[in-house]
Amino acid sequence: MTDRDGAEMAISAPGGDPWAVLRDATRARVALGRAGDGLPTSRELEFRAAHAAARDAVHTALDADRVRTALTGAGVGLDVLEVHSQAPDRATYLQRPDLGRRLAPDTELPGGAYDLALVLADGLSPRAVHEHAAGTVAAVLDRLPGWSVAPLVLAHQARVALGDPVGEALGAGIVVVLVGERPGLSSADSLGLYLTHGPRPGRADSERNCISNVRPPHGLGYAQAADTLAALLQASRQLGASGVVLKDEGTSLPPGAG
Amino acid sequence: MTVRRTTLGGHTHEFRSLTDVLAKATPARSGDVLAGVAAESQAQRVAAQHVLADVPLATFLTEPVVGYDEDDVTRLILDTHDPAAFTPVASLTVGEFRDWLLARAAERDEAAISGLARGLTPEMVAAVSKVMRNADLVAVARRTRVVTGLRSTLGLPGRLASRLQPNHPTDDAVGVTASILDGLLHGSGDAVIGINPATDSPAQTIALLELVDAVISRYEIPTQSCVLAHVTTTLRAMEAGAPVDLVFASVAGTQAGNRGFGITLDQLTEARAGALELGRGTVGSNVTYFETGQGSALSADAHHGVDGPVDQQTLECRAYGVARHFDPLLVNTVVGFIGPEYLYDGKQVIRAGLEDHFCGKLLGLPMGVDVCYTNHTDVDGDDTDVLTLLLGAAGCAFVIAVPGSDDVMLHYQSLSFTDVLTARSVLDLRPAPEFEAWLAMMDLLDDDGHVRELTPEAPAARALLAAARP
Repeated sequence: MTDRDGAEMAISAPGGDPWAVLRDATRARVALGRAGDGLPTSRELEFRAAHAAARDAVHTALDADRVRTALTGAGVGLDVLEVHSQAPDRATYLQRPDLGRRLAPDTELPGGAYDLALVLADGLSPRAVHEHAAGTVAAVLDRLPGWSVAPLVLAHQARVALGDPVGEALGAGIVVVLVGERPGLSSADSLGLYLTHGPRPGRADSERNCISNVRPPHGLGYAQAADTLAALLQASRQLGASGVVLKDEGTSLPPGAG
Repeated sequence: MTVRRTTLGGHTHEFRSLTDVLAKATPARSGDVLAGVAAESQAQRVAAQHVLADVPLATFLTEPVVGYDEDDVTRLILDTHDPAAFTPVASLTVGEFRDWLLARAAERDEAAISGLARGLTPEMVAAVSKVMRNADLVAVARRTRVVTGLRSTLGLPGRLASRLQPNHPTDDAVGVTASILDGLLHGSGDAVIGINPATDSPAQTIALLELVDAVISRYEIPTQSCVLAHVTTTLRAMEAGAPVDLVFASVAGTQAGNRGFGITLDQLTEARAGALELGRGTVGSNVTYFETGQGSALSADAHHGVDGPVDQQTLECRAYGVARHFDPLLVNTVVGFIGPEYLYDGKQVIRAGLEDHFCGKLLGLPMGVDVCYTNHTDVDGDDTDVLTLLLGAAGCAFVIAVPGSDDVMLHYQSLSFTDVLTARSVLDLRPAPEFEAWLAMMDLLDDDGHVRELTPEAPAARALLAAARP
């Protein structure tokens, strides 16, 4: 009997797995076992499945009808507008972040005077918008009685900074961009919320506040995220600013999200 | 600015400056398109390569791509250039230099190639790499020798070391320890046990340094630790008496890029002196560790030179010009980390990994590679296999390895511990000699010197697992 067979027997033996000491200590993929110098087939395929989910999340197209239906289902009654960035397709979007920050030239948005605009941006995970945008928006609106909120804007091939020209065109005092974050191996559907006071093109990342990893049940829940965002919105309106001047909240963009 | 032209297939191509030639001669990559400097057609790219091949190497000493007066990296490069070391190739053009390198590599004349390092500037090395194919980059790097040491010796022929990267999203001591033990059981960690801290604070850095130092001391492992905190944090940890083996910094190829990383050359000098004073080496005294990566200057809008934007690969080589000034133990490019706007797919990442390895080594650096990718890049395990095996053939000093390829703190994929085993096995490579002896002492090697798979009951496994129990 080889060492490897022996290890498998030990692992399946009643009374516990000695390698569990390592596995229980971390979410990292420790003590996977070996097939020669490689990974056992089951572990290799587990890894591929996680990577495939992350890759598919990046390359899924934003389904506007699906988001509208979800918004209606969540009781959100705001009008929904759609815009596109200057990135015509996913491949261009991934290689030209500058284009994802600018509105397509023919974009028309109705100007007004609003306290807040909400932009639902596909970002690097449209799946996150499909699954978590409606629930988050409903929870946020519940917490903002008396705020005038612009029509919702669904943005295709969009980076966080696309919220700047959108917010400016709508005449919003503050813009919040709900954006699909770069998928991780175990989190393909994470939604990020980025708050910018006085949106206009040229705002720096340091002028934004971020709530990351909205992804119930594994990440932040809608109510919890909406509580934090509502508090930030109140503070931002009072202060007339956002970003590093607003305390106690992360302000840095995760890699690739900007 | 000297305008240069060539005629190719009946069409005349004109390039407005040396910077322009370097950029347009670069094999295709998304970052150069983003910066607006890439060749506009395949024919223009090859025309630029023709022009570049005819540029005398000595031209790079008199035509800097980033200004001498504005940029301390340029000053460092030109002020420390060694004319004596340059002599053997001083009269050659870029194209002739490629031929010279391939001839010396075929003769296995390691001394001739390795002796050039201080006579070459980053721009010369970037230039020659642009007219070399992937196999050329492998063939010459394989015959370039750079050996460094602290408590293990790195860069010896026939060896492939690894950095064991036991990152944890909250720097949890038990979680970090579990990943360290898993790596050691797979024969990883001979280059360094190096942690990216989740929080860059002196207290956290000291706690992690003490944790790794305790593991290294407990099992008397001939390797070194590093917490990849900001250099100012490491300076404070040293002041507080923490066990600092290596000073770490991310470096870029321009002064503005380094400002973006919050570092200055003076700081690095001071930190290196501090680490040297601790005298923690046994087999050598290389006490710095640097990470780089194509695109870092562009992402900080720090990629501008005397004639507009400089291509990302030339700037990457200039980062090596910074690193070599501080006699590092380890340097690695984090090749697929930065994202598809700089390197779009497997082809670009493989090419860049081989370029970075070759260029760093030729400039005299103990070069490793973080063979890695993010989920929004078009790269997968097949691509990283290709790059890893090519790097193994090229004599790469070390690679990065994390449990199961999944870095649960930085959210990207690097190599797994088993990938390192595979590369060693396929290419007949062994760990660093001191670490290999330790593995043998722990009964972790079979009769062929290959890392055995242990049962949990094996004495080495029991001994190491004991450290994981609270």
